[in-house]
Amino acid sequence: MNKKSLFYLAKRDALPWHKTWLIRGVAIVLALIFCSLITMLLTGLNPVQVFSTIFYGAFGTARKTWVTAQNLAILLGISLAITPAFKMRFWNIGAEGQVLIGCLACAACMITLEGKVSSGLMVVISLAASLLAGAVWGFLPAFFKANWETNETLFTLMMNYIATQLAAYFIIVWEVPKGSGKIGIINQSSEAGWLPVIGGQKYLLLILVVAVLTGLMFIYLQYSKHGYEIAVVGESHRTASYAGIKVNRVIIRTMVLSGAICGLVGFLLVSGTEHTLTTTLVGGRGFTAVMVSWLAKFNPIGMIFTSLLLVFLQRGATEISSVFGLNHSFADILTGIILFFIIGSDFFTNYEIHYQRSGKEGK
Amino acid sequence: MFDIVSFIPRAVMQGIPLLFGSTGEILTEKSGNLNLGIPGVMYVGAISGVIGSFFYEQSMGGAPLNGFLAIAIPMVCSLLGSLLMGLLYCFLTVTLRANQNVTGLAMTTFGVGFGNFFGGSLIKLAGSDVPSVALPATSAFFSKHLPFAGNLGWFGKVFLDYGFLAYLAVIIALLCSYVLNRTRAGLHLRSVGESPATADAAGINVTRHKYLATCIGSMIAGLGGLYYVMDYACGVWSNNAFGDRGWLAIALVIFTIWRPNISILASILFGGLYILYLYIPTGTHMEVKELYKMLPYVITLVVLIIVSLRKKRENQPPASLGLSYFREDR
Repeated sequence: MNKKSLFYLAKRDALPWHKTWLIRGVAIVLALIFCSLITMLLTGLNPVQVFSTIFYGAFGTARKTWVTAQNLAILLGISLAITPAFKMRFWNIGAEGQVLIGCLACAACMITLEGKVSSGLMVVISLAASLLAGAVWGFLPAFFKANWETNETLFTLMMNYIATQLAAYFIIVWEVPKGSGKIGIINQSSEAGWLPVIGGQKYLLLILVVAVLTGLMFIYLQYSKHGYEIAVVGESHRTASYAGIKVNRVIIRTMVLSGAICGLVGFLLVSGTEHTLTTTLVGGRGFTAVMVSWLAKFNPIGMIFTSLLLVFLQRGATEISSVFGLNHSFADILTGIILFFIIGSDFFTNYEIHYQRSGKEGK
Repeated sequence: MFDIVSFIPRAVMQGIPLLFGSTGEILTEKSGNLNLGIPGVMYVGAISGVIGSFFYEQSMGGAPLNGFLAIAIPMVCSLLGSLLMGLLYCFLTVTLRANQNVTGLAMTTFGVGFGNFFGGSLIKLAGSDVPSVALPATSAFFSKHLPFAGNLGWFGKVFLDYGFLAYLAVIIALLCSYVLNRTRAGLHLRSVGESPATADAAGINVTRHKYLATCIGSMIAGLGGLYYVMDYACGVWSNNAFGDRGWLAIALVIFTIWRPNISILASILFGGLYILYLYIPTGTHMEVKELYKMLPYVITLVVLIIVSLRKKRENQPPASLGLSYFREDR
C-alpha cells in the first residue's frame, strides 16, 4: 500500500492483570454512563435516580437480594460448566440444551417414580439421571468433533432445539391437568424428590453448591493435570499431541464433564428451586453464560464478578421497566450495551496503537 | 387427505424469512465472519420497519396512505437498522478484532431485546392511544399480489400468490449465488474468507471486503424480519413471535453447504418442515406434533455430520471462518 496511515497497531505482550482490569473498569463505567443516558431519555429520571432504582431492584429488600443471589448462582453455575470446554477453544453454545435436558431428566424421575421410592432415594436417582443426560448432550458434539472435525458451534446449537422439543413433547405427555399444556408444580403435596430447604432459606443450598463448584473448578483448571491438558489443547492441537496428550480423549472427556455440570445445574433448577418443567426454564442463560465465561477470561473467580454484573443489571433494569410500565426486554438492551463496551475494550488490552510521525518511512 | 396446494404456499411463506436470513449469512460467512448475531439483526430489521411505518401511519391520521411511501419508509428504516447492526458487528470484530462468537451472541441478546422492547413500549413512548401495534394498511401494500393470481387455479396459488418481497428474496439469492461464483468480486470475497493473509498479499483489501459482505448480508437478513412482520404476520407485531427463525436461518447455511441458490428450495423445505405438524393427523396424541417440530434441526444435524464425514473440499466451511485477521500475526 502506498498510503501511509497515521497509526499502526502492534500486538501487546500479556498485560499485568491489574492493568487489564483497569481498562475493563473504564469500559464498564463508560457503558454504565451510556446506559443511564438512554434510561434518562426513555424515563426522564436523573442519573442518581436511575442507579438507585437499579440498585433497589437488585438488593432493595431481603427477598429481592435472595432472588438476585439465586439468579447469580444459576448463571454462575452454567458459566462454570462451559468454561473447561471454552478454555479448550471448543465453542460450545449448547449449554442451553445441556441444562434443559438435565431439567427434563430430573423432572422425568420425579414424575415417574412418585410413590415408588422414598424422597431421598428419588433425589439421588434424579441427580444421577440429570448428570447422565447432560453428559450425553455434551458427549455427542465432542465425539464428532474429535473424530471428524464436525463444527461444534453449529452442532451444539442444533442440540439446543432438539432438547427444547423433547422437553415440549414430554410436557404434553405429563401435562396436569390434561389439555393445559403445562406440568405445574411437580409432587406439590408430597414434595417427593425436592431438595431439602436448609437454614430456612429456599435458595441457600443452591448457592452453597455453586460456591463449592466455583472453588473446585478453579482448582481443577489451575492445578490439576486435566486442567493443564485442557490449556495445552486450547493453545494448539499439534503441540498437545507432540507432548503426548491424547487430544481426542481430552476433548471428549472435557465435554462430558462440561455437559454433566450443565446437567447438575438443571437438576438444581428443577429439584431445588422451580419444581416444574417449562421449555423456557433456562431462559437464554446458556448463551449469557458464554459471555460471562469469556469476559472473565475463563477464570472461575473472575466469573463471580462478571455474572454479578450481568445479573445486577438485569434485575435493576427489570425494576426500572416495571416501575415505568416499559417492556421487560429493557434489561436485554442494557446487557447488550455493557457487553459491547467490554468486548470493544479488549482491543486495548491486546493491541497498542503507535502514532506514526509523517517523516518516518512507513512500511 | 394431505392438501398439497394449500401446504406449499404456506411452506413458502414460512421459508421466505429463512431465505433472506440464510442468504445474508452465507454472504457474511464467505468473508470469514461467523455472525451469530443474525437472529438479533432480523429482529432489528423487523422492528425498525415497524417503527418507520408506525409513525407514518400515525402522521396520516387515518387518511389513505401513499403506496410508494408506505413501502419505501419501512424498507429504508429496516435496511438502515440492520445496516447499523452490521456496522457494529464489523467494528467490533474486524476493526477491534474481538471474538466473533461472543460478539454475535451479544448482538443477538441486544437485537432481540431491542425488538421486543420497542415492540412492547412503542405505543407508550410515542404517547399514542392505539391499543396495539398493528399496521394493516401498510401490510396491505406489502402483501399485495398479482390480481389475476386467484384465477389460475393451483398454478396461481403455488407460484403467484405472494407479496413482492418473496420474489425479491429469490432474486437476491440468485444474484448472490451469481456474484459469489461467477464474478471477480465474488472470487476476491471468497479468498478473503478462505485465507485472508493470502488475499492481503495479493492486494485485496481484507477489511473492506469483510465490512461490505457483512453489512450487505445484515441488510438482506433484516429484510427477512420485515417480510415476516409486514407480509406473513399482516403487520401485527407481537413480542417473540419471530421466535427462533434466525437460528434456523443459520442452520440453513450449513444445510445448503454455503450456496444461496440451493437455499431457495431448502428454505421452502425448512418452512414446510416448520409447519408440517399442522398437516399430519395425530389424532388425540397432541404431543407428537412437538416431535415433528424437531425435524428441521435433526436434518441439519445429519447434514452437518455427513458433510464432515465426506470431507469433500468444495463442501467445507470457509477456512478462516470465525477468526479475526491481523496482518502482523504469524
